[in-house]
Amino acid sequence: MALIELKHVVGGYGGAPILNGVNIAIEPHDIGVIVGPNGAGKSTTLKAIFGLLKVTGGTIEFGGENVANSLPDRLVPKGLSFVPQEKNVFTSMSVEENLEMGAFTRKDDFRATMAWVYEMFPVLAEKRRQPAGELSGGQRQMVAMGRALMSKPRLLMLDEPSAGLSPRYVIEIFETIVRVNKEGVGILMVEQNARQALAFASKGFVLASGQNRFTGTGPELIADPEVAKSFLGG
Amino acid sequence: MTELIFFINQVVISGAVLGCIYALGAVGITLVFGILRFAHFAHSELMTSGAFFAFLLAGAFAAWGITAPIPMGFVVLPIAMVISAIFALGIDKGFYAPLRKRGAKPVTLLIASIGVTLMVQGLIRLFFGAGSYSFFETETKDVFRVDLSAFGSTRPLVITEPQLLMIVVTALSVIALHLFLTRSRLGKAMRAMADNADLAQVSGINTALVVRVTWIIAGALGCMAGTMLALDVTLKPDLAFNIIIPIFAAAIVGGLGQAYGAIAGGLLIGFAESLAVFNWTMVLRPLNAILPEWLQLPATLAFVPTEYKLTVAFVILVVTLLVRPTGIFKGASS
Ligand SMILES: Nc1ncnc2c1ncn2[C@@H]1O[C@H](COP(=O)(O)OP(=O)(O)OP(=O)(O)O)[C@@H](O)[C@H]1O
Ligand SMILES: [Mg+2]
Repeated sequence: MALIELKHVVGGYGGAPILNGVNIAIEPHDIGVIVGPNGAGKSTTLKAIFGLLKVTGGTIEFGGENVANSLPDRLVPKGLSFVPQEKNVFTSMSVEENLEMGAFTRKDDFRATMAWVYEMFPVLAEKRRQPAGELSGGQRQMVAMGRALMSKPRLLMLDEPSAGLSPRYVIEIFETIVRVNKEGVGILMVEQNARQALAFASKGFVLASGQNRFTGTGPELIADPEVAKSFLGG
Repeated sequence: MTELIFFINQVVISGAVLGCIYALGAVGITLVFGILRFAHFAHSELMTSGAFFAFLLAGAFAAWGITAPIPMGFVVLPIAMVISAIFALGIDKGFYAPLRKRGAKPVTLLIASIGVTLMVQGLIRLFFGAGSYSFFETETKDVFRVDLSAFGSTRPLVITEPQLLMIVVTALSVIALHLFLTRSRLGKAMRAMADNADLAQVSGINTALVVRVTWIIAGALGCMAGTMLALDVTLKPDLAFNIIIPIFAAAIVGGLGQAYGAIAGGLLIGFAESLAVFNWTMVLRPLNAILPEWLQLPATLAFVPTEYKLTVAFVILVVTLLVRPTGIFKGASS
């Protein structure tokens, strides 16, 4: 059974719908990558899953249950986590406090999860007492990801995790994503570094004007001459 | 030495008391602003109604024959704070929450809070009239006089029992608030929401719960501040309405949204006000002996006449906004 399945999702911000029938299915072991031009509705798709805008049509099933229009405080305990595209850390709070906020919905002891996050991002352990606002862009992205992992999600959604990072950091963050996935967390991410991300994607979705244009494995999409020509810059 | 003690009595002690009241009021305003992003004008009414709750309870306790070694106002304070917290929650539920649900702008909420101010003040006048009341009609206000003649002062250091208790209670509250904000899960969630409300929601933080806790703290500390003010002066329906300007100034000077800033701002404005109206002649009088006839000191020599005390807060506010628009502790720019 799919971990998450969007069937013909329609939704928007109150005016004309931005999403006009988006279909996405992710298995627990998948890394799903959504690519597409600016304004295609990629971020909007993730926000729709996370209950941050109104879904007016279609269904969103997570773990077999329709969760369309559920709010984050209900979705996070079910195992869904989201790293927004920007403003994704609490700048005035320490790194450790940021992580604690990710575990807000948990009632159990989360110290083991925190140790796991620190093991994955050793630099954060060093800076645990420092305000997140004082970190570099790449380190902030790690804090944001760490925060999202603190709820022990089954599906981690990331909106352009590599945005604004230097090539070295891009590779590092992608490697971390693959590693998180290997530890049993499904991934659904939006990426502008499309070629690089599709290369390790088990599911790829090309979105344009709020609709799926192409769907396949990442390597299939890269190999498709039409996708390459229209969406991957030749 | 006598002059120094006079200075301490007039400026340091009364400044500290005033500062404590401003600080406790400003903390509520700054927390509400941090979480709900609007200037809660009706905070003065949380303070005044809180003082009236305490007054009624103190009267009831006295009628039941309960006596205590400390002023009754302090004995009933915890209960009055609980009632005020519930009252604040009720006001939010009745007036602000419906507006928020409709996505009202901060200015709409501000205007609604002015409406709440008028309404609550009207209700208080309806029940209590326009007169003033004292917590010390049946009990006496103990005054501590520390004899300092050993140090060559002919004047004792004077502090009333309520003043001493106010300073202690404020200090304890500030410590408790600090521990809450830095140690507890909910306190951290409150800081997170003030920092980035969208991300707090995305993290699964129960934002409705945080809003409720904010009102509970604002109501309880407001009640504390109002009751203290009433214990220091007298209780009347426009008790806190008269000092809402310095309280807002304290919150803005400290950096809106910054709890520690509000405390610093409150103390700053409290001390500045009592320093500004201090009569320097009392200290400088010995100089009259050596000054020529035409340069004798006038009977009162203060930076600001008492009637214009309110301008002190304004001046500090304007200077802060010019020099450091985000306030001392870098809050939201206003
Ligand atoms: N909060 C909002 N309110 C109204 N319209 C919005 C809002 N956010 C986005 N939109 C609109 O929705 C459309 C899709 O935006 P979205 O952010 O999903 O694009 P995207 O595919 O993520 O693009 P990008 O690659 O630039 O991040 C755009 O036309 C945008 O103007
Ligand atoms: Mg986007």
